[in-house]
Formats: sequence, structure tokens, C-alpha cells
Amino acid sequence: MIAAILSLTLLGAVLGLGLGVAARKFAVEGDPLADEIAALMPGSNCGQCGMAGCAVAAAGIADGSVPVTCCPPGGRALATALAEKLGVTLDLSSVADSGPQIAVIAEDLCIGCCRCLKVCPTDALVGAAKQIHSVIREACTGCGNCVERCPTEAATMKPVPVTLQHWVWPKPATAAA
Amino acid sequence: MGLIEKFLHNLKAPRWGVHPDDHKRPAADAPLRELPLPKRLYIPLQQHVGQPARPIVLVGQTVLKGQLIAEAQGNISAPVHASASGRVVSIGEVTAPHPSGLPLVAIGIEPDGLDTTAKLTIPADPFALSPAELTKLVAAAGVVGLGGATFPSSVKLALGKRSEVTTLIVNGGECEPYLSCDDRVMRDFAASVIDGVRLMMHAMGAREALVGIEDNKPEAIAAMKRASANFPEIKVRPVPARYPMGSDRQLIVTLTGKEVPSDCRAADVGVIVNNVSTANAVHRAIRLGEPLIRRIVTVNGGAVWQPGNILAPIGTLASDLLAFAGLKSEPARIVMGGPMMGAVLPHAKVPIVKGTSGILAFNEDEIAAPEAGACIRCGTCTSACPMGLLPLEMAAQIRAGSLNGAEALGLADCIACGCCAYVCPSHIPLVQYFSHAKGELSEQSRSRLRNEATKRLAAERVVRLEREAIEKAEAAARRKAERAAQKAAEAAKSATESKETEAAE
Repeated sequence: MIAAILSLTLLGAVLGLGLGVAARKFAVEGDPLADEIAALMPGSNCGQCGMAGCAVAAAGIADGSVPVTCCPPGGRALATALAEKLGVTLDLSSVADSGPQIAVIAEDLCIGCCRCLKVCPTDALVGAAKQIHSVIREACTGCGNCVERCPTEAATMKPVPVTLQHWVWPKPATAAA
Repeated sequence: MGLIEKFLHNLKAPRWGVHPDDHKRPAADAPLRELPLPKRLYIPLQQHVGQPARPIVLVGQTVLKGQLIAEAQGNISAPVHASASGRVVSIGEVTAPHPSGLPLVAIGIEPDGLDTTAKLTIPADPFALSPAELTKLVAAAGVVGLGGATFPSSVKLALGKRSEVTTLIVNGGECEPYLSCDDRVMRDFAASVIDGVRLMMHAMGAREALVGIEDNKPEAIAAMKRASANFPEIKVRPVPARYPMGSDRQLIVTLTGKEVPSDCRAADVGVIVNNVSTANAVHRAIRLGEPLIRRIVTVNGGAVWQPGNILAPIGTLASDLLAFAGLKSEPARIVMGGPMMGAVLPHAKVPIVKGTSGILAFNEDEIAAPEAGACIRCGTCTSACPMGLLPLEMAAQIRAGSLNGAEALGLADCIACGCCAYVCPSHIPLVQYFSHAKGELSEQSRSRLRNEATKRLAAERVVRLEREAIEKAEAAARRKAERAAQKAAEAAKSATESKETEAAE
């Protein structure tokens, strides 16, 4: 009995030590650039870029297989920051900033099933069982997860309304000059 | 003007700015008229910088003239009062007095013509009150800066008090062409303006007040000098007529010689600037108990039959004002404010707000603009820029899409006065480029803030999910323990029972 316990403990300690040393010695270095890019990303893993989360997208951006304009919630500001970091030229025309969207819940269709609450990456949906749910406009990133999940099509995406505070003067036409 | 005098005048004149044909007369000389009560008033909830006011009346309710209909919310905000007695007929969207033409929430009032008035509390001796109490009264009256910036006056007074400002500068510059509402206020209500200035000095603890008035308004200068004769601490100082003299930084440097640094406010160099109309509004609020519910509006422009200044309740539609002044022809463009910095209105059914200094109706000839050409790098815009910037370089950067390049050249200091676009011989819309770039940059910084907020929310969600999992596990363990305890108790009970039965047997 004692011999069995001792031998197994010894075996465990030696193998554990070996594994620990190996983890240090043969550690695979993650791309530090990818980590830095991931720190810039929203981190909500919403999947609007079509990849399995922000870390994967950051790795893609770092090795150049994914354009810096891939993140719709990050918008123009993130694309500019990423382009600056990577020193690439930026074509902003493809950024979806022209039409940012937010989720809206039609109150007459909502059955209070709580399914959308569970998939919202930023907890932008409030509600409880058998209560009408609602979207916190400031917190919604427009990922559309709730739209896919909603059984009654109460959740839809609407363009963010332009308000007086957000209106921007159009750029003058550059016919001449 | 003799040759020598002209030479001396040129020496004194500032080197920045432009001197457009001012078109102020005959409108400035026409006596002040009062607008008969219009059929409808639409009083916007946001007439000031900061948070919009929150309505506290219901549709169908009867309100008195001067009654509070929307209260201030947040630190920087101003309440809104009914400009006439009558019935609230709507609380809904109207076209905003803004170049975008977007909607804005306003309270619609149908005046009953009775003019039953609700007054604010009138202190017996306002100079016996503490500055904080006086500031509170100004805040309750909804007074905002009437020069156009519409910053809540009470906040400005409190800021002046806090930063121990010594000098109050009263802005009677009115450098925008066509406008003469401040001129009219100084000519007709000089004593009220001086009283308002004294009240504001008391509220922020300033020792002296300098009233800067452009020298193209000799009547106003004379009236103000007469009214301030008994108050040595208030000095009326004529300043050269030059656009944009009415901008606070330019007026401060002309009157005191102090230049406000790029990233500072006027209070940082020990001065606060307030408009003469604001001083008049403070006087009316404190001495007459009348909140800011009416103002003098200049109605001018080539399409106007009888240009002049009109005393109108806040919320009057621009179309009512134009109908009162009469139109010679269908206006080709309607502008709220001055021709240099005002907002082009999409149509005339737009209410006037606290900051509306004028409604200008221009005819075709006045708005004729030649087509923009190429920049010839003459540098005229650079010498005209009152902030010492390089408009041609900034515009080139913006045109090429480099907003950060423009920012590095000092875009944030641009006051959007429009001098550069006015003097450009190639008619390049320079100031329009800067307005666009500033909007775009603030949009980007909003987007950055949003991104950070998203990151925080996502992190908080992870924490929440972990916490919920732990709580669930704990609850399950607790239930299990309870069930086990119950089972044990039942077993013990049945054991004792069986023992008892055994004993009985």
C-alpha cells in the first residue's frame, strides 16, 4: 500500500516537473503582433467579420490574410488605427461605416423567450422570461446574433438614426482644385 | 478721414480678418418693432449647448407666459419657458434650425392672446445675494449666451467665480454683416445692459468690465457711454470694425492684449466674455422676473421689404417673421444667423431659438457664387485667418483624405469664421472642408470611445457568466445538502418510529 502510493507520487512529481520544463523550454511563441492587434479589437467575438472571434481575426490581420477593414463594429477608427500599426495603406471605401446598424425589437412580436439575451456579446439586450425585451442603443454593436436567434422575427437590424449631434458636414465636391 | 488719420487707423487695425461690406444699415436704424403674437409657437427643447431640457407639460395643458415647460437635466443644460400664455397643442418634431434640416423635438403652443404671466422670484436687492444665489436665479431663467454659442450663462458665471476671473468682457462687437440686433439692444436698452453687466460682475466676482463695440456703431457707443457714466468699473471701448471681432479670442486680444493659448479657455487668462444681449437677458431675469422667452431678431437681406429689428417670442417660425417684414421676392436662400457663420435653412417653417440673431432672406444676386477653381497658393487665406493657421495646407490635406495631417496643422483651433473662404480668389470652399473634417474627426473619436465601451462590456459579460456559473453550482450544492439533510432526518424519524413500535410490541 505505502509502496504503491509512494511510487505513484514520485512518478507524478517527476512527470509533472518534466512537463513544466518542457512547457517553458519548447514554448511556441504566439505572434506578439497578433496579441497587440487583439488588444485593439472590440473583443466581443461577435463574428461579423466571418471568423471565429477577435483573436482569430487578429491573427489573420497580423499575417496579412485578412484586410484591416474587416471589423464592422470597430469601424473607420479601428481600421485607421490598425493600418497605422501595420503601416499599410488603407482603402476606407469598403468599411461599413456608411451604414452602421443596431438591433431593434418589435414589441408586438416579442414573446419574451430570452433566447436573444443569451447570444448578445455585450449584454445590450435587457428582459426577463415573458417580459418584452429591449435593446440598449448605446451598447449594441450591430452584430445581428439576436436576429438569427429570434423565433418570431421580432429582432431586426435598422440603420443607426442620424441625430443633430452626430451629423457631419459633407465633404465639398472636388470638381476643381 | 484725412490721409494721416487713415494711416494711423491702418496701423491700429488688426492684421487678421476681413472687412466685408456690412449691409447693416438701413436695418440698424429702423426703430425696433414688436411682432404681434403668432398663431403657433414651436419651442425647441434643445436651444443650448449641453443636454436637452425635459418637458414637464402635457398636450392639452394650459400654460402661462413665462411658465417652466421643460426643466434642465444634467450639469450643462438650460430650462425652457413658455413664450406666451396658451394651450400646449403638440410635443413633437419640427425642422431644426440647423443646416442638416434634421428634426428636433419642440413644444407647440397655441397662444390665447391673454398674456397671463408667471413671474420668477424677484430679489429685493440682488447685490445683497451671494454670487451662487444670483447664479441660481440666472440658471432658473434659462439664460444662455445670446451671441450665438448658446452656452448656459449660469455655468459660465460659476466658471468665472471658480477660476477667479477679474475682467468681464462684454461683447458688443457684432462683426457679422447684415446683423444689428446687438446694436439695437445697446441703443434702446443701454441702461438695462449696464445693469445686467453689473449683475454678472457681482455673480462672478469680476472687478472691471470692458464693453467692446465696433466703431461702425457710433450711436450704440454713445448710448452705452451715457448709461455707464456713473459706473467707473465699466469701460466702454470702441474697437476697429473687422470681421471676426465678435469672436471671443479676437476681442480679448484686442481689448486686453492677452492671447488665449490654443488648448485653454478664456477663463484661463482671467477673462470671461458675455454678449450684450445676454447682459440684457440677465437684467430682465433678475429685475423683472422674466425668463428668456423673447429676443430681438434682425430680419434683413435683399428679398426683405422692410428690413429691421423685430422683438419676437422664442419659438416664432421664421416664416412669420418674414411675413411681418414683408418679402419683395421669393427668397433664394434663407439663413439663420449671420451670412458668414449662419445656418442655411431648408425652408422658412423653422422656429427661432434663443441663439437666433437674425433671419436673412437673400435674393439671387446676393447668393451668386462663382465656381471654385484651383488653389494658386497666393496665401491670402493665411493672412486673413484670425487664428494664424494655414487654410490652404489644411484644405489640401483634407482633400487628400488625411484628416490627421490637417489636425497636425492646427485644425482644432479653427473657429470656422469663414474668412479664408471669403477672401479666396479661386473661391475654394475652405471653411466647408474644415467643418467636414472636424465632424469626421469627432465621429472617429466617438467611434473609438464606443469601441472601448464594447470591449469593457464584453469583459463584463465574461465576468457575469463566470459569476452566474459559480452561483448556480453553489445553489445546486446547497440544494443537494438540504435534500441529504432532509433524507437523514426522515431516516432518523422512521428509525425512532420503528423502535417505538418495537418497544410497544
